[in-house]
Amino acid sequence: MRNFTLPERELMGSGHLGCQGCGGALAMRYVLKALGEKTIVVIPACCWTIIAGPFPYSSLKVPVLHTAFETAAVAASGVRAALDIQGDTETTVIAWAGDGGTFDIGLQSLSGAAERNENIIYICYDNEAYMNTGIQRSGATPLLAWTTTTPEKTPKSEPKKDIMGIMVAHRIPYAATATIAYPDDFIRKVQKAKSIYGTKFLHVLAPCPPGWRAPSEWAIKLSRLAVQARVFPLYEVEDGERYTLNAPQADEPALPVSEYLKLQGRFSHLTEKDIQTIQGIIDKRWQKLLKLVQS
Amino acid sequence: MTPILTGTKKVVTGNHAVSYGVMLARAQVISAYPITPQTQVVELLSEFCANGTLRAKFIKVESEHSAMAALIGAASAGARTFTATSAHGLALMHEMLHWAAGARLPIVMANINRAMGPPWSVWTDQNDSLSQRDVGWMQVYCESNQEVLDTVIQAYKVAEKVFMPAMLVLDAFVLSHTAEPVEIPDQALVDQYLPPYQPIYKLDVNDPHSFGALAPPDVYMELRYKMHRAMEDALAEWARADEEYHELFGRRYGLIEPYRTDDADLILVTSGTVTSTAREVIDELRAEGRRVGLLKIRVFRPFPAQFVREAVANARKVAVIDRNISFGMGGIFAQEIKAALYNACDRPPIFGFVAGLGGRDITPHVITEIIEYAESHDDPEDLIWVGVKR
Ligand SMILES: Cc1ncc(C[n+]2csc(CCOP(=O)(O)OP(=O)(O)O)c2C)c(N)n1
Ligand SMILES: [Mg+2]
Repeated sequence: MRNFTLPERELMGSGHLGCQGCGGALAMRYVLKALGEKTIVVIPACCWTIIAGPFPYSSLKVPVLHTAFETAAVAASGVRAALDIQGDTETTVIAWAGDGGTFDIGLQSLSGAAERNENIIYICYDNEAYMNTGIQRSGATPLLAWTTTTPEKTPKSEPKKDIMGIMVAHRIPYAATATIAYPDDFIRKVQKAKSIYGTKFLHVLAPCPPGWRAPSEWAIKLSRLAVQARVFPLYEVEDGERYTLNAPQADEPALPVSEYLKLQGRFSHLTEKDIQTIQGIIDKRWQKLLKLVQS
Repeated sequence: MTPILTGTKKVVTGNHAVSYGVMLARAQVISAYPITPQTQVVELLSEFCANGTLRAKFIKVESEHSAMAALIGAASAGARTFTATSAHGLALMHEMLHWAAGARLPIVMANINRAMGPPWSVWTDQNDSLSQRDVGWMQVYCESNQEVLDTVIQAYKVAEKVFMPAMLVLDAFVLSHTAEPVEIPDQALVDQYLPPYQPIYKLDVNDPHSFGALAPPDVYMELRYKMHRAMEDALAEWARADEEYHELFGRRYGLIEPYRTDDADLILVTSGTVTSTAREVIDELRAEGRRVGLLKIRVFRPFPAQFVREAVANARKVAVIDRNISFGMGGIFAQEIKAALYNACDRPPIFGFVAGLGGRDITPHVITEIIEYAESHDDPEDLIWVGVKR
């Protein structure tokens, strides 16, 4: 166990409107701890539209610009341009979007911003479905998961989209995965992103207890298991080519994916065979990642 | 750095007149996406940004939807912003047009009127801009390249006063690609007319606020009421901006422009470039002793209802030319004018003509036919299709 100190500053209030155990709420808290006051947050339609608080309240002590669902990256680009032309190059602009706003409807404007290498940090808090509208499947929903639009009889038949692969293919200066179970790794990555010029992309696994059908006190546990079972390995990619693996270690024995799946109601319908299929996909992806790390 | 002559005459297209207006207004963030016939506007602005004539950030986005979203971000952070588009680009922006207005951001945009597909067309008509009637943007229809340039500058003045976005509208090709002598105003005078943008609120890390957060029913309606009030205020602000402009630059356009309407029995109503053609026709008919006049609608949103009522009060008939169609109802300007007149005491009968869709020419001959039709019929008709091959 490594020692690290969590920055003390608190830029998120306790009166936010997240559900109990919301992984996305804790993720924002860590990000603002890492970035500090000189931060502007751009939020498209997602659960965070609600968590940030209704008018006239705000759960964040930094400026927030709410924007339309598919526009996080480009609205953040606009804020950046306005700050730059007015001489403020110090303030950090982050786009903070859900998986739907990133993998699906917002992918076009995200790709545009990345291609232009806009100087923003784009953070996707991934709860693996459209949670705000009631747990519908997104391009980030895992294979065979239950959602309200992929009922148990016909669970999601497609695997999760490889968003990191997509962003890395843009050859942006920095892309990384993170979770709330590894706050030291998470905060270091946010601070590293802040220190780099250009488009930075963070993919943060953010368990949603109501949507994943799991107890609210398990958000962090599930995040950790996701890493240990290699469902969501922690790694970073610089300039689209230099891969670094953070966790789990390459020589660490893997946790069977069933240990992760069995805690979540959204996977309770899975058969042994289903679990083997999922394990197979995860093993294949892990091998691919190891190759990229070694090359 | 290429020096730009200001305070001089230049022969420029309508599109380039927009670019010069934006340069003189010192826009700080520009974002746009190419579409015919708008592209030249942003091509010249790219040159201005590249050679330092204009100190602005140009965000070359991947779509019009993103162009507007980028400007919403930029204007929220306090910058003066600009974009230009046409037809499908404007339609794609629709969601963000609501957003810009609801956020009370004084973004200025030029829309080059182009007919909507399918079938594909690049030629002019007004269905693109009029489809955006209710999004909360001011709309000003221009007749000449000089008016285009002057309207860009006036639009910033009014938009930044009432905190509502403004769209100036010009006809594809007839104006956008046609060169005319245009006086490029002196930069120092424009600076005097249009000081730097001063937002009341902006994204500011030293004074953090949340913009656009969820508004429960007990506050939402008041925000909409304020938008409507701002639009009403904008009527007076357009008049004031026009007057001040006249004092400094010697030109003004009015919200509407009545032409030889004083003793007119029949008043023809137009917008955009059809107005110039109609003016010629009116002069010819007047020379024959016919009592006909012309009313140009320049500012369409906010709608100058009271001015329109007064302008047509003494006419025996009104004939409206619409280069647009609301399917299942009729021409949109005609509907607006009828709505404005319904509660007035003096309301002449209104003939609604739909003409020139998809860029079909509206020639002096067509206009004469329209006038003669209205003159020779006693009962008004809501919708008369002009020149359709049936
Ligand atoms: C254009 C548009 N379509 C649909 C919606 C409705 N909508 C709001 S939030 C949301 C789901 C957001 O999902 P995600 O991005 O994953 O964020 P989460 O709610 O899961 O945090 C949807 C579909 C919208 N606001 N705008
Ligand atoms: Mg989600």
